[in-house]
Amino acid sequence: MNKITSTVMMASLLAISASTSAATLDDVIGKGFVQCGVSQGLPGFSQFDDKGNWSGVDVDICRAMAAAIFNDSEAVKYTPLSAKERFTALQSGEIDVLSRNTTWTATRDTALGLNFAGVNYYDGQGFLVRKDLGVNDALELGGAAVCTQTGTTTELNVSDYFRANNLEYTIVAYEKADEVVAAYDAGRCDVYTTDQSGLYAQRTKLKDPSAHKVLPNVISKEPLGPVVRQGDDQWFNVTRWSLFCMINAEEMGVTSKNIKSKMGGDPATKRLLGEEGSFGENLGVSPTWCANIVSQVGNYGESFARNLSVPPLNISRGVNELWSKGGIQYAPPIR
Amino acid sequence: MATENQYLPGLHPDLPPPPSEIGVIGWLRHNLLASKTDIFLTIFAIYLIYLLIPPVISWAFFNADLIGNTREACTSGGACWVFINVRIGQFMYGFYPVEERWRIDITFLLLVALMIPMFIDSFRYKAWLGAFILLVFPVIGFYLLAGGSFGLVVVDTPRWGGLSLTLIIAIVGIVASFPIGLMLALGRRSKMPAVSAFCTGFIELWRGVPLITVLFMSSVMFPLFLPDGVNFDKLVRALVGVTLFSAAYMAETVRGGLQAIPRGQYEAAEALGLSYWKYMAFIVLPQALKHVIPGIVGNFIGLFKDTTLVLIIGLFDFLGIVQAASTDPKWLGYSIEGYVFCAFVYWIFCFSMSQYSQSVERKLHTGH
Repeated sequence: MNKITSTVMMASLLAISASTSAATLDDVIGKGFVQCGVSQGLPGFSQFDDKGNWSGVDVDICRAMAAAIFNDSEAVKYTPLSAKERFTALQSGEIDVLSRNTTWTATRDTALGLNFAGVNYYDGQGFLVRKDLGVNDALELGGAAVCTQTGTTTELNVSDYFRANNLEYTIVAYEKADEVVAAYDAGRCDVYTTDQSGLYAQRTKLKDPSAHKVLPNVISKEPLGPVVRQGDDQWFNVTRWSLFCMINAEEMGVTSKNIKSKMGGDPATKRLLGEEGSFGENLGVSPTWCANIVSQVGNYGESFARNLSVPPLNISRGVNELWSKGGIQYAPPIR
Repeated sequence: MATENQYLPGLHPDLPPPPSEIGVIGWLRHNLLASKTDIFLTIFAIYLIYLLIPPVISWAFFNADLIGNTREACTSGGACWVFINVRIGQFMYGFYPVEERWRIDITFLLLVALMIPMFIDSFRYKAWLGAFILLVFPVIGFYLLAGGSFGLVVVDTPRWGGLSLTLIIAIVGIVASFPIGLMLALGRRSKMPAVSAFCTGFIELWRGVPLITVLFMSSVMFPLFLPDGVNFDKLVRALVGVTLFSAAYMAETVRGGLQAIPRGQYEAAEALGLSYWKYMAFIVLPQALKHVIPGIVGNFIGLFKDTTLVLIIGLFDFLGIVQAASTDPKWLGYSIEGYVFCAFVYWIFCFSMSQYSQSVERKLHTGH
């Protein structure tokens, strides 16, 4: 109820102010950098090191856009945003693009005046169990005690899932994420459930992370992607195709390392790298936009491997594998 | 016949108290072992201390790791201070460029250097120095920190952070809210209805909302009401919010002091022919403020700790940057060390403020 009220309030307020200037691309070119809204620190998605340099798959979207527009992936300024202020920051023009592990939902896409440019990570609620439990599938979890956070959709999803599959279960709910982890680690419950990306991050806090594993089952849809303001199609296209370029490059086997040798190859790769056609001009960016992205940021797989598949996170590709390799990451062709 | 050891009644010299009543033994008997309940509580407390303190000490000191650059250096099983060690620059300066950090150092050193004479009783030009600190120093500090002139590189406020940001918010809030609060307190007691109504309304409005709401409004709602292209700096918005919020509380604290001054003081001052501002400045306020020093300092300490709330508007204050640093995959799982370090630093600042206020109280405790 509370959520609905606040959403309606936000929507009506945003409607009043939805008059921000349309040509974001011109503004961005004018000021010389992309203002990118990121999280205040989410492992693997957007985080900063001891020098203050940002990295992560969400950060790479912004770097890709800067590479496409300026041929300089460093032409990005980051605005760390809390979950509450992220949409207003975008609406008020404080940021140009919001790349902050934001779930694409109908309400946000319509009532809030936002546009989701694509999905750079398919997240969903999953289960973490001890390896010595011998469980390989969530359907074997009958009779389990399930640790979760109170009052979140997580709790609702898990009870839906267990009841739909006629499994006995006990919910052990705590107020804070850290308490849930501690309870799970202490053996108060058999299963810990939250979004899968979160499970991987929380697993590193356990006493012996290697003794636990994330089950393959995903029981809710949480597609995360970059968001822009509604009503600026050109900027929307730049954002969307920066992501699609990275996915297409992976599919064609073009990486930041081999991009030189891939030049002048087959027609599809030529189109991707801007040697043929006028896709960059149509977007309003440089003709070699995608080549710039791949050489400076890397393709989607490289970004994923660099940020998420590294220890201690060790997130596997799962559904985020390319469609051609059994996943659901799919980008329309560049032609 | 009176011998050496015999005295007439009433002439016996004072003897020292029995050994069981003084010194360590006496103190123990009186404070720890006075009754059965006390003995039980003492033993219980010692047991609690035994349970808590040794593990904490061994975690924080004996089993702790300090040297190194990566989490692999943390092998002893205790606290991993390496995490703090590696990130300390960031915790202090936020994202401020490394080669420009001297500007923050200079600003704070300058402030400390200017403040030192204020604590020396025999220094004669306190009024002038105070005016300099309040009026000129902020300008110097602003140009030093923000840059943009005198050959200094611009460092925009999103790159400010860490303990320096906490101190900037706290100091600006404290310094700016005090005069505003004073004026509001005087205004609320004013006989002019418009002034009094405005001040009362202002105070009640700002005291009626939580600081988190104020910050949220300033960060999230306020930009929506601005025309296109007009955008105030987020830090400035937060500073204004914190200052006005704190001023409302300050006003009520000062008003408490004003009410404690007997009516006779006002009347006597008026009878001497002093104007409103003169009798306020020389007769009433000096007495009133002296009464409420604990309250004022309490406000300041509260404000200092409240600055952590700017985290919800995406500014990385000291606590915020420590929290964010602990989400770095390289250091996941070391948030406890971060929080302990934070608590320690906050305690140092708050405790010093409280000690200073007590010394001021003692110094001003003249007369009654």
